[in-house]
Amino acid sequence: MDLSAINPVLLIASLMVAATPLLLAAIGELVVEKSGVLNLGVEGMMIVGAIAGFAVSVETGSPLLGLIAAMIGGALLSCLFAFLTQFALANQVASGLALTLFGLGLSALMGQGYVGVKPPAMATLDIPVISDLPVIGPIFFSHDPVLYFGVFLTAAVWYALKFTRIGLVLRATGENHDAAHALGYHVIRVRVIAILFGGACAGLGGAYISLIRVPQWTEGMTAGIGWIALALVVFASWKPWRVLLGAYLFGGINVLQLNLQAAGVAIPVEYLAMSPYVITIVVLVIMSRDKTSAPGSLGRIFHASS
Amino acid sequence: MTGTLLSIQGLTKAYPGVVANDTVSFDIQEGEVHALLGENGAGKSTLVKMIYGLVKPDTGRMVWKGQEFAPPEPRAARASGVAMVFQHFSLFDALNVAENVALGMENPPQMRDLASRIREVSENYGLPLDPYRTVGDLSAGERQRVEIIRCLLQDPKLLIMDEPTSVLTPQEVDILFKTLRKLQSEGTAILYISHKLEEIRALCDHATILRLGKNVGTCTPAETTARDMAEMMVGDTLQTPTRTAAEGGEVILDVSGLSLMPSNPFGTPLKNIHFTVRAGEILGLGGVAGNGQDELLAALSGEALTPSDAVKVKGNAIGHLGPNQRRDIGVLAAPEERLGHAAAPNMSLVENALLTGAARKNLTSNGFVNWKDTTSFAEDIIKAFDVRTPGSDRAARSLSGGNLQKFVIGREVMQNPEVLVVNQPTWGVDAAAAASIRQSLLDLAAKGAAIICISQDLDELMEISDRFGALNEGRLSAIRPAAGLTIDEIGLMMGGAHDMEVSHA
Repeated sequence: MDLSAINPVLLIASLMVAATPLLLAAIGELVVEKSGVLNLGVEGMMIVGAIAGFAVSVETGSPLLGLIAAMIGGALLSCLFAFLTQFALANQVASGLALTLFGLGLSALMGQGYVGVKPPAMATLDIPVISDLPVIGPIFFSHDPVLYFGVFLTAAVWYALKFTRIGLVLRATGENHDAAHALGYHVIRVRVIAILFGGACAGLGGAYISLIRVPQWTEGMTAGIGWIALALVVFASWKPWRVLLGAYLFGGINVLQLNLQAAGVAIPVEYLAMSPYVITIVVLVIMSRDKTSAPGSLGRIFHASS
Repeated sequence: MTGTLLSIQGLTKAYPGVVANDTVSFDIQEGEVHALLGENGAGKSTLVKMIYGLVKPDTGRMVWKGQEFAPPEPRAARASGVAMVFQHFSLFDALNVAENVALGMENPPQMRDLASRIREVSENYGLPLDPYRTVGDLSAGERQRVEIIRCLLQDPKLLIMDEPTSVLTPQEVDILFKTLRKLQSEGTAILYISHKLEEIRALCDHATILRLGKNVGTCTPAETTARDMAEMMVGDTLQTPTRTAAEGGEVILDVSGLSLMPSNPFGTPLKNIHFTVRAGEILGLGGVAGNGQDELLAALSGEALTPSDAVKVKGNAIGHLGPNQRRDIGVLAAPEERLGHAAAPNMSLVENALLTGAARKNLTSNGFVNWKDTTSFAEDIIKAFDVRTPGSDRAARSLSGGNLQKFVIGREVMQNPEVLVVNQPTWGVDAAAAASIRQSLLDLAAKGAAIICISQDLDELMEISDRFGALNEGRLSAIRPAAGLTIDEIGLMMGGAHDMEVSHA
């Protein structure tokens, strides 16, 4: 066992990379749930985004186009969910589960020709001098743009929910859709937009895995990140900064336990592998003991009958 | 009063199976207070929803200041100057007061400016409110202030108020009326819906009366007796509750030294409450909303457990028993909040009848539900209490507030309780139905039940109670015979229960 092989600077830098797909998907889902919709299809939208982004960037040679395609792919799949739950008034839990199963199958079909292909690499930030600074450079100034976008998105969602009119209407819709309707807000429209946003975020998170973190395509490569994102939103009490914290905690422990495994620590591998899940949930459960609760209309079907 | 503000001409709106409004016409003048009267289900709510743009009329038209007026959505109605205080469903519990107000405005200012305007307007009109408190923690009366302030900030030309006083104390009603008269003097017209005919007589210039969706007449409230107006609404002579004076029997319910910390952090703790209720007696408990009414009901119904000695029925300590065990021995309760507390909104009336009636009506055996008996129990309630619904299979939430209230009270009364605790038994119920609910409580008492009626409506308490007490900050005043109490004395009891407690102890 050789713990000195673990470089703390590289550890922090790589935990940020490991956390980003989770962060993106969870922030999207947070917005969806704040509008009162429970979309359990995050995993499906991520994996569709992963293959859509992968395929487009391989075909065009542009990682940026790939990322955009991933967002469109995730949003398109979420359209299906929006149609089922907002217009056909189907049960949200069942529709979400169906979306995940459908997405996993669809992505396997789409990805058949892409196994073993290497995608074009995404440029990382490289500011002369600053990016070469010891410690600060590798941690803050030498990542890919999507990672920064994830942090920016967290801040933007926090700001929008707390300070803007759109955020207020979104929260109101999720809190009490009957009251929002009585005041003349378009409940269905707000929710469809939120669902599309959530789909795009999940798609981007998926593409981050296939284009940047792993860079390759394998079937089912999101490996449950979508489900972790769902749990993260709940345990983070629907608060954006706590989602960020939870994602980084999860990513950090994941990277750490991989390093520990490599260093040959005398703990069975199974315990190390489960540690990110256990520790993230324990921390967030302790933090979520305040009185904030789920949006009042979460998962309830709205129909303007009155 | 310079001219016609809104003219309603032949509005008709039909829903499957029911014509909610049938060629209704009337005019609202600028700066007048116009009352809209009618029983539950007479079509008042549908009519105001059409004015507010929530519902589109099938035929007929509206004219606003000489212009055709057909708001496609509430936003358009608000832009024209229509504001509405809803009876239900328009506040967001998890948001704060300022956010709730902002959601009802077209172009709300910055939150900080809005908060200071809320403070300013609310103090101007004597309705103090903290803009940063979460609405879910406010009392019913305070929530209504939020609704009213939300309207006032928009400088409305027409303010629609759907039963605004049903949750207010007499003092708050006085304040509200001052507010409304001030608005009227500033030229705002008010369309006022209420069941409380005396209020309408005191406040309104004209009244339009609806019955089964039709306009059946108009009157000048100040020159018409409440009884005549009630009879126009019902289309029949009104029965006033009558009581056969039953002298107090043995003590059934004995509450002593009841103290309770509320389960909800914003509730009111009960402090050392003592009272007894005899067989055949109705104890009326008044007090401003949020002074421990909900907690007292919870302690008596068994939702909140107390030391077993604190609550005794016929000498047996029952403070430690839960609601179903109490139902077994005949202690029943009908809480204030109809949807969600007294009835499960999405379950049918039959299922709701089962929920509290299972034990006393023997509706289950060996864990199986006897649906036949349950259905007939539900139908008996519907029949005996004149609950207007297409059938007992309808969901509780589909009933209008007053009809559901009749069902909820009827469900408990029909189980022949030994002790019945009711909170706001006639909230939002029309005059005729309120009279029949009160009559059923009196009849139940005459049969020997001990009844505790918690209410905000002092007239109601004076009408049916034998003895009267008031709750204030979780303390109970001395209990006094209701006959001969003056309004001043009652006001003193409601405001000064602390001082009373000294003489009581």
